Amino acid sequence: MSQPSLSEALRGVVRRDLLLAMRHRSDVAMSVFFVVIVASLFPLGVGPEPAVLRMIASGVLWVTALLACLLSLGRLFTADYLDGVLEQTLLIPQPLAVLVVGKVFSHWVISGLPVVLLSPLLGLQFGLSGESLGVLTLSLLLGTPTLSMIGAIGAALTLGLRGSGLLVALLVLPLFIPVLIFGAGAVTNSLAGIGSEANLSLLGACFLFSFAFAPWATAVALRIALE
Amino acid sequence: MFQTVALSGSRGERLLFSDISVTVKPGSLLAVVGENGSGKTSFLRMLCGLLSPDKGTILWQGKDIRQLKELYSAQLTYIGHLNGIKDELTPVENLTVSACLAGDESAREVVQKALEAVGLGRPVHRLPTRVLSQGQKRRVALARLWLSTRPLWLLDEPFASLDVTATSYLTRHLQSHLSHGGMVVVATHQEIDLPSDCVQHLRLTR
Repeated sequence: MSQPSLSEALRGVVRRDLLLAMRHRSDVAMSVFFVVIVASLFPLGVGPEPAVLRMIASGVLWVTALLACLLSLGRLFTADYLDGVLEQTLLIPQPLAVLVVGKVFSHWVISGLPVVLLSPLLGLQFGLSGESLGVLTLSLLLGTPTLSMIGAIGAALTLGLRGSGLLVALLVLPLFIPVLIFGAGAVTNSLAGIGSEANLSLLGACFLFSFAFAPWATAVALRIALE
Repeated sequence: MFQTVALSGSRGERLLFSDISVTVKPGSLLAVVGENGSGKTSFLRMLCGLLSPDKGTILWQGKDIRQLKELYSAQLTYIGHLNGIKDELTPVENLTVSACLAGDESAREVVQKALEAVGLGRPVHRLPTRVLSQGQKRRVALARLWLSTRPLWLLDEPFASLDVTATSYLTRHLQSHLSHGGMVVVATHQEIDLPSDCVQHLRLTR
């Protein structure tokens, strides 16, 4: 009897989501555009004072990344729920939590990875030094997948509800706060000449914790949503 | 063999059906009939494991499907009243991904043959599914049955939106599946043109 291997199932989920993202380029571009516009308008609004820009850089860039993730969470499961693909996904003979990892990975590739790749360029606008740019990129590399993972729980819990966008924000924002604090703190510490290792380690711990817990919680929430 | 034992289900406060015990043997089809809202879809979703029954058990080869979990999912192909296909992808892409997720890494030619078997010619294969009619979209969803090697098919209103030709394609394919020892459960409003000895009916009432 045909049964996909774990890697086949994971590959199938990622392949479909990335293919869909290619067909919806404007949606993907919107997230990137949002980050670029917000991060570029801040220096214009605050003024050209380098010390001020350096001081606000970590907060602005991290909040922008967080909001970009939040904006794209609605796409994570809603379309699959409406067209019946989610039902089919639940019937794939592999653990649902593993398939959720595939969905979250695709979400991160589409909404988080572009932010990570653009972050050195955006950081330059705020006059960040080479080392701080490296810390910013590394912190976003650890933090954005964590945001996607936590966001997936909220997206699954609010699936099929009216006003789910607002509900997701209310549910996941408190959980995003530690990631924001550790991420922005890493860059701030780097700018202040204090080591950023502690913050990066905490971000790594958040990532591992969310990786262990979020897919399972999301899978349970999806099963409840489809009952 | 596929069995339900004293199965009861409800939606919210409303009892949909109770104490349903049926057996589907290899080579037989169970047609679940009843008026709108009688619980046909819920019954089918329960058989898939998407919904939990209030009472009773569903057995596959004598074992409770709740214990079998993924082992049971690997035995069934479900086509719900939603097509489970992506409008943005072409029929070929939809079926290729579905086949990959079902563990049948089908070649492009096999997928194209499945689409041709449901009456969708090559020019349609490369169009985004969103430009197809409802009937054509249904055919794309049903083409999964031509790729399926699983013994149990659970189909929710498979004939909805289909014209006479597509209905006959599907009926013939169901007959072929049954003749190879497959099992089918269909929620439907219409009579299925199959030999009466392999069809049993379950009527749900409101």
